[in-house]
Amino acid sequence: MVLEVIVALPLAGWLINGLAGGRLPRGVVGAIGCGTVGAACAASVMAAGDPAVAGGGLTATLFTWLSAGEFTVSAGLFMDRLSALMALVVTGVGFLIHVYSIGYMADDPAYARYFAYLNLFVASMLLLVLGGNLLVLFVGWELVGLCSYLLIGFWFDRERAASSGRKAFIVNRIGDAGFLLGILLLATTAGNLQFDRLAAASGGMAPGLLTAATLLLFAGATGKSAQLPLYVWLPDAMEGPTPVSALIHAATMVTAGVYMIARLHPLFLHAGYTLSVVAAVGAVTAFFAATVALVEWDLKRVLAYSTISQLGYMFLAMGVVMMPAGMFHLTTHAFFKALLFLAAGSVMHAMRGVVDMRRLGGLAGPMRWTAAGFAVGGLALAGVPPFAGFFSKDLILEGAFEWAQRGGAMLVWIAGLATAFVTAVYVTRAMMLTFAGPAADPGHPHEAPAVMGLPMAVLAALSFGGGLLGARVAGEPLLRYLEPFFVDSAIGVLKDRPMPAAGVITALPVAVSLAGILAGFALYRDRREVTLGALGRFLSHQWYIETLYDAVIVTPAKRLAHLLADVVETRGIDGAVNGVGALVGRAGLAVRGLQTGFVRNYAAAILAGTILMLGYWLFK
Amino acid sequence: MSVPLEAYLALSALLFVLGTTGVLVRRNALVVFMSIELMLNAVNLTFVAFARQRLAIEGQLAVFFVVVVAAVEVVVGLAILIAIFRTRDTVDIDDVDLLRG
Repeated sequence: MVLEVIVALPLAGWLINGLAGGRLPRGVVGAIGCGTVGAACAASVMAAGDPAVAGGGLTATLFTWLSAGEFTVSAGLFMDRLSALMALVVTGVGFLIHVYSIGYMADDPAYARYFAYLNLFVASMLLLVLGGNLLVLFVGWELVGLCSYLLIGFWFDRERAASSGRKAFIVNRIGDAGFLLGILLLATTAGNLQFDRLAAASGGMAPGLLTAATLLLFAGATGKSAQLPLYVWLPDAMEGPTPVSALIHAATMVTAGVYMIARLHPLFLHAGYTLSVVAAVGAVTAFFAATVALVEWDLKRVLAYSTISQLGYMFLAMGVVMMPAGMFHLTTHAFFKALLFLAAGSVMHAMRGVVDMRRLGGLAGPMRWTAAGFAVGGLALAGVPPFAGFFSKDLILEGAFEWAQRGGAMLVWIAGLATAFVTAVYVTRAMMLTFAGPAADPGHPHEAPAVMGLPMAVLAALSFGGGLLGARVAGEPLLRYLEPFFVDSAIGVLKDRPMPAAGVITALPVAVSLAGILAGFALYRDRREVTLGALGRFLSHQWYIETLYDAVIVTPAKRLAHLLADVVETRGIDGAVNGVGALVGRAGLAVRGLQTGFVRNYAAAILAGTILMLGYWLFK
Repeated sequence: MSVPLEAYLALSALLFVLGTTGVLVRRNALVVFMSIELMLNAVNLTFVAFARQRLAIEGQLAVFFVVVVAAVEVVVGLAILIAIFRTRDTVDIDDVDLLRG
């Protein structure tokens, strides 16, 4: 019962705000928007406390959706330890961002539409994480994609926002096609889409089929979670309102791919090849996106590339079978990346929408609370102890190292380490350019109102202390909580790892992060512009990946479209249709003389015809 | 003494050709109608002649049908003719050529 309530609450908020929000006062709209998500959060806490969640899982079956012979799918919800964690992150961070939005969107004319979309997103995301089988998960998966599209294009009167929304939708379609194929492949081979049945059947499936199915599912994850090669939509998604970037494009929706792999980890564990692909894609994406973030001038796009990079870390963790660490990083990342985005939003709010870091600067004085929040988030992102990001990133790198020792590629660990360095540099750069030095733009920046400041304060506290969820000194409560779920994953390795080796491996990322911060200070002190020469050009063109897509896919597709539109359509199809018309018209002109209008001519024709027929019969 | 079948057929053919010629060359719609009646009755004549020669009743039955249908056709045809006369003040079928292509 409580599971239905969790999903239904934000859905009700969507209905009310969507249908009647325009006629309600703004205070009521905001209260409904935040209240429903807050209540869903409370309900999630209640549900997570249910002993059934820690046991086999809490289920709620609504009705039988599909039934075809042996194959049945029910529309049902399900909450186990993993879903409980995700539901808490989604509703908790979601609630804070809803509250923040009250202040951020206060002057927007489409206030009710904004909250309606945001509530719909939370409901869809909850459906995704609480879905009882793969098909319900897929429904949530598609709905969050829809909400993402609606919210990226929220200011649809801006050409760039509208086209960015379309881009996100189309790129996600490519991944989702693979995802759907993966689901169908699993449905035909396993004959069931229930998570526990799939897990039980995964051992008996043909390895080739299982590899194909998991690769297809991972293709969906690269789209939704913005990994190479389908990452291109996420940087453009920053056209949406900043709280949306914080909630959807940093904290929750983009982590759906990570959640999906964690949810189906028994399948992935039986497909070793897929796991290697996941690890490789994660490592390459993490490094690639971090280097691009190094040269971006747009503060929000820096954070977007940072998100891609951190998601790469999560996939890396999944690939090296350090799945609890991946979920841990997902949680801490939700805290500190939401904080960073909200701080960036606070800057934009104060500077009337300026996000170009060349036009920012010197904001540490007038906006010291925002600057402090950004610093906490930045330190967590850079992985400096004792901030939250340190513990989770460290655990992932540790897992990558262990994996390399068990026969995996050492390059994955090295890429992770290099990424940690670059991450520290770019976050320092963003910090310096935005908050340090003299004010670049003579305006009157003001600190954000309390309704925006309080959520940031809570997130800052979580970014600071959230690491305790997985810190060894605190007994790793989150990892222990997830342990029964990942019972056949690497948590066993976690338990009996030798402490001294781990000590060195732990120290190295910290040293690298601190070196990165120092390098960032050295490079960007006095807000210097560092161009990095040819390397900088390479990076600022995103490694020419979008250029490559343009050349290989977009331009040929456009040419083909022009060919079809200008040649095949106008000459081929239109020509055929017009030709048939003209032929009939000419033939009509040729024979119209036969229609004289004189009855006697017709009678004569009938007579002649009759005589001819009679003659034929007589003489044949 | 009986008239041979050939004589009936010859008369019938003569009447039919007369009727056909009338339909094709006359311009007065009433005369065209009468010519059509002539054609119908030429056919009727062959029907009865054959029926008598073969001692079968079917030919005579067909004649009754033709007579009835002809009567109906005349009623409808004359009604149309009157309608045309009222609107166009003529029964000359060459003046009624609205359907010329």
